[in-house]
Amino acid sequence: MTQIKKLVLDVLKPHQPNALEFATALADLGDGLAINVAVEEVDEKTESIIVLIEGENIDYDLIAERIKELGASVHSIDEVEVVGAKNKMGE
Amino acid sequence: MRWDAVGRIFLHVKRANSIARRYFVTNGFDGALTMLGLMVGFSLSDNIAIPVAITACLGAAIALCMSGLSSAYLSETAERKRELNKLEAALLADLSESDHARATTVVPVMVALVNGLSPLIISLIIITPLWLAKLGIQLSFSPFLLAIFIALFLIFLLGVMLGRLSQEFWLWTGLRTLAIGGVTVGIIYLFSR
Repeated sequence: MTQIKKLVLDVLKPHQPNALEFATALADLGDGLAINVAVEEVDEKTESIIVLIEGENIDYDLIAERIKELGASVHSIDEVEVVGAKNKMGE
Repeated sequence: MRWDAVGRIFLHVKRANSIARRYFVTNGFDGALTMLGLMVGFSLSDNIAIPVAITACLGAAIALCMSGLSSAYLSETAERKRELNKLEAALLADLSESDHARATTVVPVMVALVNGLSPLIISLIIITPLWLAKLGIQLSFSPFLLAIFIALFLIFLLGVMLGRLSQEFWLWTGLRTLAIGGVTVGIIYLFSR
């Protein structure tokens, strides 16, 4: 089964939760999930952020759902790193 | 709702703390001044039966509580919904499933409880000497006079609380609110003569 190892998302979010609270809420989704949030642009009500997520097996649907709960929306998936399992390649 | 979601909504509630604090002082002050006015009125009138005074004070306290609950809930809900709509427009997204939408329901309830309960609790504390007198407990002063002192003390404490919030000298802010209480007593005295 393929495993997502790295995701870079372009996200538009409200000012609250702030970057730290946002990253913590995403990191809570899995053991060893590393989250990096970089604020790119700040507007009156929103801010554009780049979210870098690294982990052993990232569940994108779960991440997207949590981002929605945090009041933000994914604009685009800018970068991915996906690893295919060995047995799958042999099939 | 999951526990982590509760934690995140708590962050929204925490951010509304300053609003709740403001409501606590504003409506608590309303409650204290209303009770002070009633007690001064009772003490200036002759032969006011304690049970009648208690009923009148309770009526006023409950009315203040209901007014505080409903007014804060309605205004805060409207304000939160407006903010949510503006945020949805800025994000071009539907936020109905977000923590912001959940907080729009939870925060007004919390703020309304603070706004409604603060005058009720303060009023009940001020009425205490009247209840003690009704129970037959001997008091060294008239229950109305004691209630006036308690009301003035609570008004002073609300001023002290404001001073601590604004980081001003607590005694000065306490005395300032106490002076408002004093002026209120003076005006009632003038009109009751």
